[in-house]
Amino acid sequence: MPTDTLSRAIPGKASHIRRHRVRLQILALTGVAVLLVTAYLFTDVTGSWEYVVQLRTRKLAAMLLVAVAVATATVLFQTVTENRILTPAIMGLDALYLLIQTMVVYLFGASALAVTDPVLQWTVEIVVMVLFATALFRWIFTGVGRSIHLLVLVGVLFGVFFRSVTHLLQRMIDPAEFAVLQDAFFASFSVEERLLGLSAVTITLAAAALLLIGRQLDVLVLGRAHAIGLGVHHRQLVAIVFALVSVLVAVSTALVGPITFLGLIVANLAYHLIGSHRHRHTIPAAILLAVIFLVGGHLLLERVFDLGTVLAVVIDFVGGIFFIILVTRKGTR
Amino acid sequence: MTQRIGATPAALVAGVVLTAALALVSVFVGVADVTPGSLLRGGPDSEAALLLAASRLPRTIALVLAGAASAIAGLIMQMLVRNRFVEPGTTGTTEAAALGLLVVTVSAPGLPLTGKMAVAIGFALVGTALFLLLLRRVPVRSVILVPLVGIMLGSVIGAVTTFFAYRLDLFQTLDTWLTGDFSGVLRGRYELLWVAFAATVAAWVAADRLTVAGLGRDFTTNLGMHYGRLLALGVTVVATVASVVVVTVGAIPFLGLIVPNIVSLVLGDNARRAIPWVAVAGAAFVLACDLIGRVVRYPYEIPLGVVVGVVGAAVFLYLLLRSSERAH
Repeated sequence: MPTDTLSRAIPGKASHIRRHRVRLQILALTGVAVLLVTAYLFTDVTGSWEYVVQLRTRKLAAMLLVAVAVATATVLFQTVTENRILTPAIMGLDALYLLIQTMVVYLFGASALAVTDPVLQWTVEIVVMVLFATALFRWIFTGVGRSIHLLVLVGVLFGVFFRSVTHLLQRMIDPAEFAVLQDAFFASFSVEERLLGLSAVTITLAAAALLLIGRQLDVLVLGRAHAIGLGVHHRQLVAIVFALVSVLVAVSTALVGPITFLGLIVANLAYHLIGSHRHRHTIPAAILLAVIFLVGGHLLLERVFDLGTVLAVVIDFVGGIFFIILVTRKGTR
Repeated sequence: MTQRIGATPAALVAGVVLTAALALVSVFVGVADVTPGSLLRGGPDSEAALLLAASRLPRTIALVLAGAASAIAGLIMQMLVRNRFVEPGTTGTTEAAALGLLVVTVSAPGLPLTGKMAVAIGFALVGTALFLLLLRRVPVRSVILVPLVGIMLGSVIGAVTTFFAYRLDLFQTLDTWLTGDFSGVLRGRYELLWVAFAATVAAWVAADRLTVAGLGRDFTTNLGMHYGRLLALGVTVVATVASVVVVTVGAIPFLGLIVPNIVSLVLGDNARRAIPWVAVAGAAFVLACDLIGRVVRYPYEIPLGVVVGVVGAAVFLYLLLRSSERAH
């Protein structure tokens, strides 16, 4: 570890070297991401070039938006909860999304999903999810006392609750309509253009808000007591971050459906690779990794294995294993 | 205070009587007219008596067996891992059983139910063993990591199952398996639950030793017991109960989690004393939830798994919040 020895001797020089290394790493990740994106857009085009590329651009845009939203949300969530194995998805938001979809089909029939203005649907979904998430986070963190265990368990419980009600409704839906609904259960990246635009605007706004509080976030990493000692309005900041996380998760879920483990994988890989706690470094790295995972995964599944829309299931599989490795390795240390 | 009151044999008898009363109500609730009066009038060959023997009694017995066995399986799992927040549903056991069921349904659809169950039990054993192996590498004191690792393992196995179910267009079938539902229970369709019951009786006998096994290999060996065998016994009981319940009636979420927790809130932590209570409370809870499911949308039914999910989540939330409030 040459940088460590250096950092003790000449701190200024070492941090310079480390910053340089981080910059190189992010550059390398960008390179891989760009390469994959190019490959995704321009390889294996059969038929009308223009049509295919246009179709793929739209899908790609959805993937990029989701990558930004999920990666940022997870890193922020982990910072605030001071825990690296949590993701907002564990908190029952995915299940709530499925419940909303199921409820629409149950109340208005499968055709409703097709007929209802997608923008309206998107807006309703987002508002419900944001309200739920913010209420849950705030309630737990301010009302009952600040316990991560409690937050997670309550989230998991809400997940089971929503899933139970979803099951109940599904039992009463006829099988033909269920087939339509089933597609909503898996993340799909074929999204309408207007929704892409709306999501892009929302995510940009959230990112702008993030830039405003960026420096304080790095202080949060030190833990609650230190952060307060260093003059951070802890409670207020946490509330803001939770609101941002809810918006980001809601946007991504409403756009493509649930992808539970993506955030967990990319956030932890980012910490591991970058070795820095600055959000200026970890968030971009996590986003780039998410792009690599999503685009690379699609390339593999669509072009190599010819499998279509089951990427979310594969991510669940890989992500679950990744999570377990993460936890067990930490345990032995 | 509550501990002494709850622990008396009289209280246990009261609990059993209450459960029996619930069972009695459960027998007489339903669309077709089966009342004590119609039974007396019709005699042993009447339609009501036939219905009672073929449908109502089997259903009630199945509820009692599945409820008691699942709750005890949860308790055993909690003793083995020394963690309050685990049950077969959060350790990958149920998911593994479902995967086994899917595999056998696709590869050998003609196999009789016992054969399918054997495959499911095999998968559940492997799944549970995997969970225990993983736990060796997790700091045991970490209350939250243990159930989280189990939930993740479950979701990995679940992803495999979903993947194949989706490809083979068995998604809705899978969903039906995984939701506990007693509406299809008839004579001849539930008897395998007695296997689960037998497994839990075995666990009952070994309860104290299983508690010791939860304290670790060294501790158990020092007391002159065979750690590996005890662990194998516990895992086998849990896997058997989970598989039998999934194969015959579908998964019942939460049951193994809530019932032992409620009992320990009232009685404190003494496994041997808790076990009869867990069995009785498990049966009563399932009977009550099934009654709710049958009455709420009469004459239609809501599957038990759904009612337990909703009621269970509410009860558990209450418990969590109450205990955390007390801590502050």
